[in-house]
Amino acid sequence: MTSTYLVALVGSVLILAGIVELLRRRQLGEKYAVLWLVVGILLLIFTAFPGILTSMAAGLGVAVPTNLMFFVGIVFLVGTVLHLSWEVSRLENETRKLAEDLAILQLEVGQMQERQKNVSE
Amino acid sequence: MVPAARAIIVVPAWNEQLTVGETVREIRAATPDLPVLVVSDGSTDRTAHVAREAGALVLELPFNLGVGGAMRAGFRYAVKHGYDAAVQVDADGQHDPTEVPLLLAKLSEYDLVIGARFSDRDDAYKVRGPRKWAMVVLSKVLSRITKAKLTDATSGFKATGGRALPVFAEHYPVEYLGDTVESLVIAARAGCRVTQVPAHMRPRRGGTPSHRPIKSMIYLFRAFFALMLALIRRWDIAPAAEQQYAKQIKEGV
Repeated sequence: MTSTYLVALVGSVLILAGIVELLRRRQLGEKYAVLWLVVGILLLIFTAFPGILTSMAAGLGVAVPTNLMFFVGIVFLVGTVLHLSWEVSRLENETRKLAEDLAILQLEVGQMQERQKNVSE
Repeated sequence: MVPAARAIIVVPAWNEQLTVGETVREIRAATPDLPVLVVSDGSTDRTAHVAREAGALVLELPFNLGVGGAMRAGFRYAVKHGYDAAVQVDADGQHDPTEVPLLLAKLSEYDLVIGARFSDRDDAYKVRGPRKWAMVVLSKVLSRITKAKLTDATSGFKATGGRALPVFAEHYPVEYLGDTVESLVIAARAGCRVTQVPAHMRPRRGGTPSHRPIKSMIYLFRAFFALMLALIRRWDIAPAAEQQYAKQIKEGV
């Protein structure tokens, strides 16, 4: 057992523990919980048994196993970034709607107060 | 007997223009002295209009927040306006409003009363396959957590009062299935007393529950994930903080 293996293993466990702790503190919604739990567990499996990556690379015809890892990692990251962009757009739309509703309410409340003043005078 | 608490009926509705009017009229006929609050959850049809015509108070959410979000809006309204209890009745006509007083009667001893199908009374609402297994196992686990005998933990027909109302006004879960599974866990962690009464579920006015196997399996998976999540999450709800929060939203802070 080499020291790099140990460091990687401890690192993966820490990452998984961090994800679980974020979940526990309710800092991570259900939507993202599944995603990150799967990532954390896969990370742990591949660190614990590096042989899996090598045989998978061989099976898929990838000459250098790390290239397979980089490829999958990049595809995953692009997907995540795309999803986050989509979420941000949605959130922006929702804030816009809230601001619009607030402005409409302000006008309506103002009009109501005006009317009340006229009635009481 | 303790006099009936000041209660409000909350009806979450998302694009239910065909059924919500009839449901509201039925509720008003069954419980004429209770106000009905329809929470239109970002509906794009005439739900809010139809509900208002039928005589309900209407909260119009600017976009869809899900059942949990809609119910939390209802709970917050209830606390802010000094109600002691809120009863959820679904807009699709599944829940029989004449049974609302049965739920409310139990609120003098309990904080959360669930109107449960699969109780002794026979009913027209049948559930099969993985969805049924999920419901059975969920009920078993949640019974243990809440220390109550629950046969239908996923029922939406619930009366919330006492300690549970201010807790739910702040912490009601907004995620998928959270309003049924996680809400019970939160109630138990906050020390609420939970019970159920048998209720008669009617077939929905619009649509039928899905029995497609794949959909049911996804439901099963998500239900257990929601349960697991609810169990590992921390809910440190201090009683004092909860009372203070109720006061805060009453005063509009």
